[in-house]
Amino acid sequence: MSGHRAPSLLLNDEQKMLSKTAHEFIRERAPAARIRTFRDSRDPLGFSRDLWNEMAELGWLGLQIPEEYDGLGLGFFDLCVVLEQSGRELMPEPFISTLLLGTQALLLGGTDEQKKALLPGIAAGEVLLALAYEEAGSPVYAKRHGNGFALSGKKAHVLDGHVADRIIVSAATSDGGTTLFLVDPSQEGVSMTRQHRIDGLGSAIVTLDDVSVGPEAVVGTIDKGAALLGQVFDRAAAGSAAQMLGASEQAFDDTIEYIKEREQFGVPIGSFQALQHRAVAVFTEIALTRSVVLAAARAIDEAPDDIPRLASLAKAMASETFLHAAKEAIQMHGGIGVTDEHDIGFYVKRAHAAYVTFGKPSQHRQRWAELHGY
Amino acid sequence: MNELAAFREEARAWVRENAPKSLWGTSGSGPFEGYWGGSKCAETDPDLLRWRDLGIEKGWTAPSWPTEYGGGGLGRVQEDIIHEEMKAIGVPRPVAGQGLAMFGPVLLKYGNDAQRAQHLPGIVRGEVRWCQGYSEPNAGSDLAKLQLKAERDGDDYVLNGQKIWTSHANVSDWIYCLTRTDPKAPKKQLGISVILADLSTPGITVRRIDLISGYSPFCETFFDNVRVPVANLVGKENEGWTIAKAILGHERSSIGRSIARQPGSAQREVVGRARKHLGVEEGAIADPLIRDEIASLGMLEEAFHLTLARIQQSAESGTPGPEGSITKIVGTELKQRRFELGMKVAGPRGLGWEGPGFDEDDLEYTREWLRSRASTIEGGSSEIQKNIVSKRVLGLPEGKK
Repeated sequence: MSGHRAPSLLLNDEQKMLSKTAHEFIRERAPAARIRTFRDSRDPLGFSRDLWNEMAELGWLGLQIPEEYDGLGLGFFDLCVVLEQSGRELMPEPFISTLLLGTQALLLGGTDEQKKALLPGIAAGEVLLALAYEEAGSPVYAKRHGNGFALSGKKAHVLDGHVADRIIVSAATSDGGTTLFLVDPSQEGVSMTRQHRIDGLGSAIVTLDDVSVGPEAVVGTIDKGAALLGQVFDRAAAGSAAQMLGASEQAFDDTIEYIKEREQFGVPIGSFQALQHRAVAVFTEIALTRSVVLAAARAIDEAPDDIPRLASLAKAMASETFLHAAKEAIQMHGGIGVTDEHDIGFYVKRAHAAYVTFGKPSQHRQRWAELHGY
Repeated sequence: MNELAAFREEARAWVRENAPKSLWGTSGSGPFEGYWGGSKCAETDPDLLRWRDLGIEKGWTAPSWPTEYGGGGLGRVQEDIIHEEMKAIGVPRPVAGQGLAMFGPVLLKYGNDAQRAQHLPGIVRGEVRWCQGYSEPNAGSDLAKLQLKAERDGDDYVLNGQKIWTSHANVSDWIYCLTRTDPKAPKKQLGISVILADLSTPGITVRRIDLISGYSPFCETFFDNVRVPVANLVGKENEGWTIAKAILGHERSSIGRSIARQPGSAQREVVGRARKHLGVEEGAIADPLIRDEIASLGMLEEAFHLTLARIQQSAESGTPGPEGSITKIVGTELKQRRFELGMKVAGPRGLGWEGPGFDEDDLEYTREWLRSRASTIEGGSSEIQKNIVSKRVLGLPEGKK
């Protein structure tokens, strides 16, 4: 907002309805306690495929996908309305991997054939994507091989790599050049190790051993993959910030409810000023975070020039807010807050994971400074 | 185009056509920035006076006040739009200050017809300047403990006691005071009345207060057997606390907004000082830790402006949220962080109290930094604000005091 009128930061009537429906559905069907259930039962997926399909039927997975690819043709802003609600209950379903990373990469850089092949399946809940970008000791390199490429190397922390139908892999293609490739994990030479994380999200180590792909597997332009990845990460950062906003709100709401009920010294502990002022500090941070998340989401649909700075702003603030809200939630819950029996502990685990994913706040502040010329 | 968008076009056109060019970019356009007026006003800038006159003629010194008192007869939303358009080009309000921002709205709501007719036109025209008599030496955050005595004697009240932090009392014409009319009331909030006094009444003495910054608009105002007519009582006797709370609520939201200035200006100011005092390496401020702190400030500033915009958009759509309650807390914190950082980057060059050996703008900045310490205290301390949010917005139970 450099002097001109601020973007609209309000939800329209349809979006308000969507938010309400999503809120109620998720609260009833997808409580955060599921994270414990999936963990303790060593669930092979780590999330519910049935629930994902139901959300596809509700239209949520195709909100931003154009109508020609069987989506609803709405905006990123609409997607963020659902993401915020999914964040409230820390849903481990593949929102980030499929809707943020994979779908954004295809929308921004995919060919018409790639979009036709994958986007309708994504909207229908049938296709899951992952994006492998984090190197793990042995950088992925793509060697020219006939008119295609042969990929070798290792990636880690590939969100939902263990369940993805297609993995988009970033690989070095020349000195300093990066290219993105669509890889079918069932192909020969691809091996997968499931990683177990603190935050309940599923990820995998993906090892590629001379995996050959044709030229049709390239997403975007050869050697120009870094710029495309940058655009994808801005959207992932903004979408992740929307989830963090929802998660902060839920952790905060639960805490307020708790300190109104919990009595010590004969009074509710929420009557103590030491807790009240800290609660107001979190409330304030959440209010500010809501504004920047909505502004970033709006920019992605309407103001491309503002995306880098507002995405960085949203990611940096949401990360700090969520971590603070989650830590305060545990502290105000007291002893029960640090037990595995209570759900509030899952919020601090997710908060830390989200904090370090798609750029830590300090990295976004550095970028913000650069974008503002200092 | 909807009605509000059309009005915005109209307001923009009028402001840009009429505001003298010399005033553009000179102001944050807050409710306290502009021509303050009053009988003791020594303003001579012809452009500022012309802008005042044009504002009065259009009724836009008080856009939402009734036309019979010289206002514009518009709604609050239209008023906000006009002020935004002034802010967009950085011109001051044609008339500004306590009367318009605080006292007038109260008189409109709680005053009687005679009081409105007597006082509002003078405020709209910038002819009469008002100040506020709220705090007392022993009634700060615990304002309801105030003790300025007002005793009935025939057709007069007789006032005895002291007010403090009566900003600009030395250059004002009238004061609106919270007084104790019933010392025996069962609760301290009962027995308080709002009484207006002409500052030239015999028995009133005004003394200026110097702050740590050296200068200040603050005063102490002493009342020694001051007789004011009973007609100067606003609302009902002993029921002034409701009015007081309304004024305070208004004051807090105006402080939040008035701090807002131009989006990005706090960051630009600190970046400018960092470049000047720390130097630049390859385009970046030489100290990476300071750069991180500035970015953090710049992000808070942007978030604050976006939040103010969101609050206004919610109000325009008819569904205001609870966010209005935090604008004073955040706005004053932003202001203090800005000055702290601006001082930090200056190092020893920010240590000057007066010349020689120091830059004029560094000297001024240091004084403003010192002045900014008051912002989280005046108009309801941040702690009192947090008590209010905690009780009214979060619904937390009231504790022992």
